[in-house]
Amino acid sequence: MTDASADRSTDGHSRAKTSLLQLDERTKKRNAAEARFQAYGIAALAVGMFFLIALLTAIVSNGTRAFTQTFVMMDVTLDAQKLDPDGTGDAEVIAKTTTFGYGGIIDAALEQTLVARGITTEIAVGDLDQMLSSGAAAQIRRAVLDDTSLVGQTVTFEVLASSRVDGYLKGRVTRESLARDRNLSPEHLDVVDALQEAGLVERRFNWAFITGSDASESRPEQAGIGVSMIGSFFMMLVVLVLSLPIGVATSIYLEEFAPQNRFTDFIEVNISNLAAVPSIVFGILGLAIFIQVAHLPQSAPLVGGLVLTLMTLPTIIISTRASLKSVPPSIRDAALGVGASKMQSIFHHVLPLAMPGILTGTILGLAQALGETAPLLLIGMVGFIASNYPDGIAEGFLSPNSAMPAQIYEWAKRADPAYYERAWGGIIILLLFLMTMNIIAILLRRRFERRW
Amino acid sequence: MSFVKLAASALAISAALATSAAARDNVQVAGSSTVLPYASIVAEAFGENFDFPTPVVESGGSSAGLARFCEGVGENQIDIANASRGIRAGEIEACAANGVTDIIEVRIGYDGIVFASDINGASFAFTPSDWFLALAPMIVVDGAVVENPNTNWNQVNPSFPDQEILAFIPGTRHGTREVFEEQVLAAGCEATGALEGMIASGMSEDDAEDACIAVRTDGISIDIDGDYTETLARIGSNPNGIGIFGLAFYENNTDTLQVATMNGVVPTVEAIASAEYPVSRPLYFYIKKAHIGVIPGLKEYAEFFVSDDMAGPSGPLAQYGLVSDPELAATQAMIAAEETMGDM
Repeated sequence: MTDASADRSTDGHSRAKTSLLQLDERTKKRNAAEARFQAYGIAALAVGMFFLIALLTAIVSNGTRAFTQTFVMMDVTLDAQKLDPDGTGDAEVIAKTTTFGYGGIIDAALEQTLVARGITTEIAVGDLDQMLSSGAAAQIRRAVLDDTSLVGQTVTFEVLASSRVDGYLKGRVTRESLARDRNLSPEHLDVVDALQEAGLVERRFNWAFITGSDASESRPEQAGIGVSMIGSFFMMLVVLVLSLPIGVATSIYLEEFAPQNRFTDFIEVNISNLAAVPSIVFGILGLAIFIQVAHLPQSAPLVGGLVLTLMTLPTIIISTRASLKSVPPSIRDAALGVGASKMQSIFHHVLPLAMPGILTGTILGLAQALGETAPLLLIGMVGFIASNYPDGIAEGFLSPNSAMPAQIYEWAKRADPAYYERAWGGIIILLLFLMTMNIIAILLRRRFERRW
Repeated sequence: MSFVKLAASALAISAALATSAAARDNVQVAGSSTVLPYASIVAEAFGENFDFPTPVVESGGSSAGLARFCEGVGENQIDIANASRGIRAGEIEACAANGVTDIIEVRIGYDGIVFASDINGASFAFTPSDWFLALAPMIVVDGAVVENPNTNWNQVNPSFPDQEILAFIPGTRHGTREVFEEQVLAAGCEATGALEGMIASGMSEDDAEDACIAVRTDGISIDIDGDYTETLARIGSNPNGIGIFGLAFYENNTDTLQVATMNGVVPTVEAIASAEYPVSRPLYFYIKKAHIGVIPGLKEYAEFFVSDDMAGPSGPLAQYGLVSDPELAATQAMIAAEETMGDM
């Protein structure tokens, strides 16, 4: 201490005069370091922004095409000779003609349409239907079974074009790329061009992509994300209904009532650990406990919801405890001071004040669960599953279904390039949901959160 | 109080669900991802034409599917396992240990395995020997077993272009890998005389056979554990690569891929059906007989799968890339009679 002051007094004379206006070397160095640090920060931000923009551009440019679809209009003569030879008009008799039996009717309808429009082609009549989705037969059959009086009449149907034709109108398929294709020939595209000129082939917005069900590998044009959206909805319902009460009850007990001892410390540490457990682990747990021991049905949104509840609980507990902690003790003291019991002080005062934080945490936990795929792989929710609409609420929980991210994963794996486009489209829908949830969380926080 | 309401409704829902885990009314299928496209096409058409709900088809691989299949009998177990290979004796034993005894084996047709590369790259005409010389870790040169020195295709076969060897082959969990090892690598090993050479140099016969189907690990051959879409993406980013695909996948992506011939034969449905094209395998599914009559629509689904309308030479499965089984009629009769594997 004395040495230092001695140094200073001797140093005082030799030290250059400093000015606030003229920067000395050391200050310049420090300022430069600061400027450099800021530059690093901006660079990091720029890299982040670049990737975000690249990602969004990729998603939007690849995915928006999935929202439109090509349709073909044609007059179909529902030949009574084929569908109902005895003229019974009985739905059961007409149902005996399977979708394969409608192939000839569709071929005839296409030929008729071309002749009526004066379009000539060298394609054999039997091969014309490669332009149409193989779902067209099912669509016409369903219409006939719904209204058997249509048999014998000529009805105008609007059917989906095949994924190759759809790809042609979207610029994905060209005559060159079809050169070695077995499913469609370049000559078909000439017919498509002619039909388009005649106004019979049209590409427009496709609600069925948002509301529809999954389709098999051979007809991507028919696939939609609607049923898996319902699956996701029921899963989120299970997660919300189970994890919110359990999570809030746990946090209130741990935060307000539990004694501070080794046991509660141990629990606290483990809750934090659970939040970091990879989600696939919960999937294995779900398979072992809910399906193999509790005998709950496979592929059911109920089981998916239970597994995701396990995953979401730690997130909710941690955020609830944080928001309970942020309520100042004076509120509790005041309530206790006017004679409230501890429980009254918590439920009447602390919990309402902590609610915005709790809800924000819950919504973010749900958003995380909504985008989760890995645990669903193990409980049978990935595959060709989301093809039936559930009928009723109980069915919604129990009948096999998929979830949006699982459906996207499934589509991305399929061979037909048209499914790739649909996977991107599914990502857009999933992102819209996540964005909505995050915006709600932000609004809640803005609107109700109090600062003390 | 909303909290009490929430808790009460949670309890009510879980109670309702616990009681309503009722009878299953849809067929549940799991297994090979190679069979999945075909099974999904059949399931969709089945839902459209019958009054039963559309069956649920999961993927996950032949082994995983058969393991789940063998877990037991009951509504909570799958009814059908799809497989891109025959069931193994060990799996039949595991099944029997869990009470799954009467199994119906259904062969649905054949799947061709093709070698394809970037459409703008060089064309290849392979023989199994070429693949063995390209991918084996040890080959025989002048009677001595040496580490494989080949890095470019023209070293393997002078008629090939001077292009680095880069192969994307299915990982070991895929059934396709086994077919590649047995029908290409082992065949090539024998054809080049490497098998004899290895035995002559003092290896035991078993070791030599293992060495025949081994794959070099110096980065020239890359195992793909994902699906064919991953292989396709790898070729897209590396035009020198040659990948192994199922015939159906290749036929859906002819705009980016070109296929190589094997022994001079172009892989087509016809060439595979006539066994001219050498690399193919049968596809199966397995039914639990105990579930027939319990799960509605199970037998109808199986019969519909192998019906001429679906699996015949001009049906939608053949259209997608399945090589139709010439003995389909026998399979149809077998399902109608519910013949199990033991009866055969």
